Amino acid sequence: MNVLRIVTLVAALAVVAAPAHAQISDGVIKIGIMNDQSGTYADLAGPGSVVAARMAIEDFGAAKKGMKVEVLVADHQNKPDVGSSIARQWFDADKVDVIIDVPTSSVVLAVNQIAREKNKALIVSTGATSDLTGPQCSPNAIHWTYDTWSLANGTGSAVVKTGGDTWFFLTADYKFGHDLERDTDAVVVKNGGKVVGKVRHPFPNADFSSFLLQAQSSKAKVIGLANAGADTINAIKQGAEFGIVKGGQQFAGLLVFLTDVHALGLEKAQGLLLTESFYWDLNDRTRAFSTKFAERHRQAKPTMAQAGVYSAVLHYLKAVEALKSDDGPKVIAKMKELPTDDPVFGKGMVRADGRKIHPVYLFEVKKPSESKGPWDYYKVRATVPAEQAFRPMDQGHCPLVKK
Amino acid sequence: MSTLTAPGTSARPVAVEISGTTPIHQIVAFGAMVTLLVLAPFVVYPVFLMKALCFALFACAFNLLVGYVGLLSFGHAAFLGCAGYASAHAAKVWGFAPESAIVFGTLVAAALGVVIGALTIRSRGIYFANITLAFAQMIFFFSLQAKFTGGEDGIQAVPRGTMFGVLDLRQTYTMYFVVLVVFLLGFLVVYRSIHSPFGQVLKAIRENEPRATSLGYQAERYKLIAFVLSATLAGTAGATKALVFQLASLTDVHWTMSGEVVLMTLLGGMGTVFGPVVGAFLVISLEHYLAQIGSWLTIVQGTIFIVCVLTFRRGVIGELGRLLKKPL
Repeated sequence: MNVLRIVTLVAALAVVAAPAHAQISDGVIKIGIMNDQSGTYADLAGPGSVVAARMAIEDFGAAKKGMKVEVLVADHQNKPDVGSSIARQWFDADKVDVIIDVPTSSVVLAVNQIAREKNKALIVSTGATSDLTGPQCSPNAIHWTYDTWSLANGTGSAVVKTGGDTWFFLTADYKFGHDLERDTDAVVVKNGGKVVGKVRHPFPNADFSSFLLQAQSSKAKVIGLANAGADTINAIKQGAEFGIVKGGQQFAGLLVFLTDVHALGLEKAQGLLLTESFYWDLNDRTRAFSTKFAERHRQAKPTMAQAGVYSAVLHYLKAVEALKSDDGPKVIAKMKELPTDDPVFGKGMVRADGRKIHPVYLFEVKKPSESKGPWDYYKVRATVPAEQAFRPMDQGHCPLVKK
Repeated sequence: MSTLTAPGTSARPVAVEISGTTPIHQIVAFGAMVTLLVLAPFVVYPVFLMKALCFALFACAFNLLVGYVGLLSFGHAAFLGCAGYASAHAAKVWGFAPESAIVFGTLVAAALGVVIGALTIRSRGIYFANITLAFAQMIFFFSLQAKFTGGEDGIQAVPRGTMFGVLDLRQTYTMYFVVLVVFLLGFLVVYRSIHSPFGQVLKAIRENEPRATSLGYQAERYKLIAFVLSATLAGTAGATKALVFQLASLTDVHWTMSGEVVLMTLLGGMGTVFGPVVGAFLVISLEHYLAQIGSWLTIVQGTIFIVCVLTFRRGVIGELGRLLKKPL
């Protein structure tokens, strides 16, 4: 009788325990960090995102908890065809469970399709297109750090309210630029401003002179830069040579990262208004995280994209731990169910349409005289509370959200 | 054999094979290639193989022109890319079945080949290379700006669909064997063209155009036919590639793609039957397995190109053929 009981108990335990182990595919959680490792967007995400991901795995204590986590890195060169073939290869052959980061919206949407087809997970930190939680939303994807809507909502409305009511757009000619221009255009018009013209430049681009001249002759008060990374830096630098700011026009960098300001220098970047969801000097937790990050990444403070990768990996691992499985859509569902809490964004949550929610800040770049040292670049102009920072769910046309 | 002599360096007379029988060693080589390709997907990642096959067909098409007519086109990406866009658009927006999408893409490339060919075929040498490059750049700009191509984003999420109503191409292996069949058909078309009286005329034009003309051949017409044939097959490769990756993008119309196919053909062996296939597999494998080193890849490719030009000008298969004293 006793023996029989023990046997039953062991058998029951085995039944309960077995799937728990079996469900982590091949016993390893494989995280693929896909981004631009050497080009236009390498500074603001690139190798720094990989550092952030590794930090998250350590801080989560994966090794102590007996979870095996591996990080794979790939350079998608900002090309949709390269990105999608890497994604296919990762999911099919290398057994990657989740792809994280992915700058360049055109690549984001291509990878999003593949993650859905292969039933794996995708968490976007650096990519910006708000379509990822709109018409293209998917049960396999979460949009983590920011999006074009929140940038437009932050910078766009702030600039119009401070008197910049006529706009000219300088737009990177691909998905991200188009979306950012579309979302900002809507905000400008809603706040009573007017868009007097727009010009689209190739991506990536080195020579902005003809575009800047068009912007200059448009006589718009504000030149909205719907581009990012090295493109934004080049446009602002070359704009200074054309005397655009001296001529009374103002640049509105719609997506400016901390590393861009660092590259521009405060002399050129001062007074720039910008929207970000993270800055290293916000509170004690962000400062502690950023100091640790800087030690491991050439003394550079993290951008919001890199900090977002940290936060995303941390929450992903929490969800896997809770679920005891790394099955793509199930983990994504679990991530939406669990509240988020990390040093980067504080407390937050993930909405049903895959939008991660947290406060967003409107920053102004300090004057050189105000800055106390390297990386001391921003002062907070306004805080957009989490509920207002992102597009309301019913306006996104996401098929996952029931009306 | 004529197939071994690089243009202009020929000391030996051009051997003419009109017997119609295929040399046994070529049948053996073809059999070996087919066997390898049938077995490969069970060992190697199939999507990688499909990519290599598409490029192998592209290189074969290119080789038909450069290896057998002696015309170096530096704008072949235009045909590859255009056909890709056409088939992607047909499959995604118009809902074409995959076989019709591939045929449609091929026809678009053929039509483009007629137009560009008619305008460029009179020039030769570096002028021909430059004019074809100019046309390819126009096509590139068109692809960047036209609405339906999606610019930098490309045409994404192209449905693979069901071929002939029975073959579900979403299955990787089904897709692979369809690509393999398309490749083999293209390969055989090239092979047949080379080893036909038509092919002999092409080689004669390559070796000595005035002499071919004096014998009564209308050299320009032959060159145009070869150009269109090459463009068409490049189009087939592009159309198939768009379905495999479910994406048509600017990479395929960019001038670097035209350069890449030159590298493939030279590395494998210009003017050999199997050379372009080997070259394509070599270059694609390099890109695939060295992807980790990022932008250093172009330096590696450049080095290989220099080594190839300095030490084995006939390419891998060309040198092998010379050792075996048999054209491959």
